[in-house]
Amino acid sequence: MSAPAMVSRRAFLRTSAAVGGGLLVTWNMPLSQKTGHSFAAGKDGYAVNAFVRIGTDESVTVIAAHSEMGQGIYTSLPMLLNEELQADWAKIRVEPAPVDAAYNHPVFGIQMTGGSTTSPAEWTRYRKMGAVARVMLVQAAAKQWGVDPSTCRVENGVVIHDESKKRATYGSLANAASQLTAPADVPLKDPKTFTLVGKSTKRLDTPSKTNGAAQFGLDVSVPGMLYAVVMRPPVFGGKVRSIDASETLKVPGVKAVEKIPSGVTIIATKFWAAKLGRDKLKVDWDLGPNASLSTEQMLRDFAEMSQKPGNLAKKVGDPDAALKTAAKTITATYDVPYLAHCMMEPLNCVVDLRADSCELWTGTQFETVDRANAAKVAGLPPEKVKLNTTLLGGGFGRRANPASDFVVEAVHVAKVAKAPVKVVWTRDDDLKGGWYRPMWHDRFFAGVDASGEPVAWKHTIVGQSIAEGTPFEPLMVKDGVDAASVEGAADLLYGIPNLRVELHSPKIGVPVQWWRSVGHSHTGFSVEAFFDEVAHAGGKDPYELRRKLLANQPRMLEVLELCAQKAKWGSKLPPGVGRGIATHFSFDSYVAQVVETSVEKNGTVHVHRVFCAVNCGIVINPDTVKAQMEGGIIFGLTAALKTEITLKNGRVEQTNFHDYQMLRMFESPEIEVHIVPSTENPSGVGEPGVPPVAPALANAIFAATGKRVRRLPIRASDLAS
Amino acid sequence: MTSFFLNGKQVQVDDDPSTPLLWVLRDSLSMTGTKFGCGMALCGACTVHLEGQAIRSCVSPLSRVEGKHVTTIEGLSPDLSHPLQKAWIELDVPQCGYCQSGQIMSAAILLTENPKPTDKDIDEAMSGNICRCGTYPRIRKAIHRAAEMASDRSSK
Repeated sequence: MSAPAMVSRRAFLRTSAAVGGGLLVTWNMPLSQKTGHSFAAGKDGYAVNAFVRIGTDESVTVIAAHSEMGQGIYTSLPMLLNEELQADWAKIRVEPAPVDAAYNHPVFGIQMTGGSTTSPAEWTRYRKMGAVARVMLVQAAAKQWGVDPSTCRVENGVVIHDESKKRATYGSLANAASQLTAPADVPLKDPKTFTLVGKSTKRLDTPSKTNGAAQFGLDVSVPGMLYAVVMRPPVFGGKVRSIDASETLKVPGVKAVEKIPSGVTIIATKFWAAKLGRDKLKVDWDLGPNASLSTEQMLRDFAEMSQKPGNLAKKVGDPDAALKTAAKTITATYDVPYLAHCMMEPLNCVVDLRADSCELWTGTQFETVDRANAAKVAGLPPEKVKLNTTLLGGGFGRRANPASDFVVEAVHVAKVAKAPVKVVWTRDDDLKGGWYRPMWHDRFFAGVDASGEPVAWKHTIVGQSIAEGTPFEPLMVKDGVDAASVEGAADLLYGIPNLRVELHSPKIGVPVQWWRSVGHSHTGFSVEAFFDEVAHAGGKDPYELRRKLLANQPRMLEVLELCAQKAKWGSKLPPGVGRGIATHFSFDSYVAQVVETSVEKNGTVHVHRVFCAVNCGIVINPDTVKAQMEGGIIFGLTAALKTEITLKNGRVEQTNFHDYQMLRMFESPEIEVHIVPSTENPSGVGEPGVPPVAPALANAIFAATGKRVRRLPIRASDLAS
Repeated sequence: MTSFFLNGKQVQVDDDPSTPLLWVLRDSLSMTGTKFGCGMALCGACTVHLEGQAIRSCVSPLSRVEGKHVTTIEGLSPDLSHPLQKAWIELDVPQCGYCQSGQIMSAAILLTENPKPTDKDIDEAMSGNICRCGTYPRIRKAIHRAAEMASDRSSK
């Protein structure tokens, strides 16, 4: 279901006096619409919480219902609101929302940030909140002056009555406005008259991110706080058999070593003491059923599984019949590994657990879920748990964990710490900690007719379901098909008359999770790289074939053509340089990318330039869209060229940035982003830049070397000549 | 007790001298602008200046800074007036922002040693700093921009 459709749900407005004076505007939905999920929080049908607070000191505080993890919503949400409010932009501040049903995601019904949905979902709500506040401020002024509100106008945080030359600032009107009844409905501006939305606007959070002032979860400190690390089992699902803490307890500063459900926690006065204590800890583990897991074996198992019929995800026409009459058939398999999110800020959580309350500080994408899960462990009702959302030092999906693993564990630690405690994950903990992007295997079988056009396309996908076994299963999994496993494959935009997509979802003891662009992170690669193979098999130019098969997809066709034009598709390149193209539709946005690459004799890949065109509907902050495309491309290139999580004897083999390498500055290409103007509602931006870059690079490598890349990360040994 | 100068002020801490400076700064002195990313000098998030040199504080024991001057991101300028901070703001470099203290501290030493760096100089000097959000193209531009601002300022 698309976000904008859901946003149009009837909503009720309510206003009240802000604590300490001033006006606040809230948004309430009927209770029944708030509790679509078993973990929806609270019984508060009409919670009073503000989206905007106008202070008598002229401050304008926008409350962000979503978390800032780099995607720029601490600026774009205020932009939406202030497009209607028309306060002085210099006065705008932003603050994270507390956890409350009033801040539930208008589409998903829980408070969360993910799925590239913040702008699409909040497109209407934040503008409405700004408009309601403006209308009330104008009414307050008009009442004060005894004039008709329609004869007043607003400019930069001031209500003006031209005829009488009267002026009043928002701050001076805030208290009076808070006594008025909110209008039931307010008309919103015609997007053609926007003055803020659509203009590149400086991020409000940048200054604090250049002087050390920005507070991430790891930076939180509360009085009397202890520090803890956890030793987790070396194999997923392992259990503690016995603990020898004698050496650990000798480390100065170590206060306690305790068994908790996820392992053994070491609690100390400082992080470093806890970490040294863990280095000396001896634990005998019952490794459990996953001690023989290996990715080598999984690769073989997946390949075998992909030759058997799976659950049907999509069927159009009769691909088997079409293949029998095809002039030429093409088959290939693709593999991508488990991947860690590897945010620069490792996971952490501060917990202050008392007899009748619990306060948490963490950078999370999943407030409602985390609060509910923390409350269960604390043995408290959710309303007794206060969760403070900090800035996130990267999220990429990892901080939206259906089991709230890092929050739940921290509450368990707090229970044994008997003092406020900060649980810190090291990089090693983060990489070995699971909740990876699943490993995937894709098998394709396609046929082209005598003219070289594809007439049949069969695609079998093998990989773990993310939603299975979580509260999201009923929403995401239908007839044995997790929608996220086949997204980008079952909804192909290309006009191919006979199509079948099947899915195998093996159950494996490695925890998996959504990772920036989720299923698209593998289907983008496999589908677009195989499409290139099909185009070449039929003797077609891969760009021209895409154009032809996208004839009925005007938005994708436009980004494809724009990208090709900017990249000068078909023009001569220096010797040794290859050019590849890919498109991908995800999170309701359309992206095309062209990569220019060259490959050294030893197989080292150099990515020189990436061109990107995107249609993401109406753009709120163009510079942010560009930044997200740039970041998505580099994120995607890291996956294409560098990273894999592998298991041997059940143990994750990667430990830090030397064996889980990130793209670095000297390896990052020049990037050119072009935005296609659109009048459609906003669609996703945080994730859609990721999927097309790996296939565009693989296709460029083929153009440069004649070698096909069918597994990621790309290995120099596969390309050495 | 170990004593050193932090952003110009003398400080004393009773951490074990083998404790990495990073954790002394963060947990004992509440200077949290310097970040933990890897603990193995692989990512650069913890970069600070020791007597005008960039060091990775996560692998530098406290004993190394005894009596010496340490500058952290908080001490780069009192008011966001350092050319790098101005350039970072002008080009809206940060996304999540977590790695940016380290990026800026590495770039600051580069500009001190090489006021007009080329792309290649920048790539080399910044190769030890990881940004997972992928702000590299903007960091590169912002370093050039800061170099420009600094030279405008010095020529006036």
